[in-house]
Amino acid sequence: MTLARTLTAVAAIVVALVLQVTVFPHVAWQGIVPNLVLLVVVAAALTRGPEFAAVLGFVGGVALDLAPPADHVAGRWALALVLVGYLAGRLRQTQKPTTTTVVLTVAGASFVGSSVFALTGMLLDDPGTDVGGLLTVVLVAVVWDVLLTPFVLPPLLGLFRKLEPEQRVLA
Amino acid sequence: MRFDGGLNRYRERRWRSHQDLDEPGRPSRALLVALVLASISLITLDHQGGADSPVEPVRSAAGEVFGPLESGTAAVIRPIAAIPGWFRSHDSLRAELSALEAANAELRSEVATSGYDRNRLAEYDGLTVAAENLGFALVPARVVAVGPSQAFSRTVTIDAGSDAGIRPDQTVLNNDGLVGRVLRTTRTTATVLLIIDTGSTVGGRVGSSMKMGFLEGRGDVGDSGLLDLELVDRAEVPAKHDVVVTWGSDGGAPYVSGVPVGRVATVFSSIREMSQRAVIEPFVDFGALDLVGVVVPSGTRSDRAVIEADGSLR
Repeated sequence: MTLARTLTAVAAIVVALVLQVTVFPHVAWQGIVPNLVLLVVVAAALTRGPEFAAVLGFVGGVALDLAPPADHVAGRWALALVLVGYLAGRLRQTQKPTTTTVVLTVAGASFVGSSVFALTGMLLDDPGTDVGGLLTVVLVAVVWDVLLTPFVLPPLLGLFRKLEPEQRVLA
Repeated sequence: MRFDGGLNRYRERRWRSHQDLDEPGRPSRALLVALVLASISLITLDHQGGADSPVEPVRSAAGEVFGPLESGTAAVIRPIAAIPGWFRSHDSLRAELSALEAANAELRSEVATSGYDRNRLAEYDGLTVAAENLGFALVPARVVAVGPSQAFSRTVTIDAGSDAGIRPDQTVLNNDGLVGRVLRTTRTTATVLLIIDTGSTVGGRVGSSMKMGFLEGRGDVGDSGLLDLELVDRAEVPAKHDVVVTWGSDGGAPYVSGVPVGRVATVFSSIREMSQRAVIEPFVDFGALDLVGVVVPSGTRSDRAVIEADGSLR
């Protein structure tokens, strides 16, 4: 079951990543696309908790950092998504996932993820990132992620729930 | 009765998800710290390493895996993405046709009066440039993946790689003008740095005055990226609507010479700094990149048809 769960999670990351760079540029607004990998990590956090989500965030982040069109310093998305997975997972423990909390979690996760990525870029002296434009990008990305939440999150949550290890629940 | 209550409690516990069983108290801080440290060391490793960082082999391995996936998905998506185009009415197509005709006429007159060709001939430089240009061929390729604006860098993946004869530091262009240069290749794909990326610098030459300068991407968000032009001769003022072409590098890497880049849109002059800064509007529409050509040396072995310098297919 653990192997199946890991494989499914990794497959979800790969599919999300490929769709994000090939399909969504066709509907992008000013080149900003929804961050599907982040949505997968949030779904994992809401069902499986912070530890699993942080590990998945690391895997997904490294994939985002290394898969072809990417040319930034590797590890930046990894750091952002580890934090996103951990924080979203912690949030799950304090309250039950309802529609509102899921949407709010996605919005918060998207904001934190994009901001951490942008901030590491500024620290590493990526030239030409003015704060105004940066904030616009982050907020548009949040809107995108929230818009896609009703279509992407329910199937993902269902998928991850189905793969929860039953024996641990009963024990 | 008591037994029943116990069962109910048990059932309740079972339905209360597995929260209280999953984590005794709080989740492991150590794991978070380990993952954050792993990310930070990855960043450090890649940032310090620069071009020959230890992450580079991993990156190309990831490219070998994701490249074919991206090419395949893009091929499936292309017909679907073209669907909105079918619904455009006859009228809108007619209007577009007349607009294009007008633009074409304008371009023709512009070419006829363009200072660039006259100057090039006059300075004898044109002959050598043309001769050099004859040595090159084009490998056609399609854009299959686009980096998101959230990454604050402007790169795309094309579906031709080292098997097609593409190497890093080759010029990428399309019908309209200069697109960018090849950063790295896998067997079947290549990553292209667009000229509107903030990390991109192109040697440019103003067509009417032959003055040389450097074009830098502004990394603007959006489809209409702009470039900054700074001339080597700071006293020179580029005129509005002047065409800027590439100046070319030794051996045609990373940029071959004479490729049109864009047009001067606005000129800012700062008297205090004694310098002129011009903003260039590129000819290429970076929001709708599809078919591009990669400039390769003539006679390159490729897995697909190569357009030779004389226009023939090979």
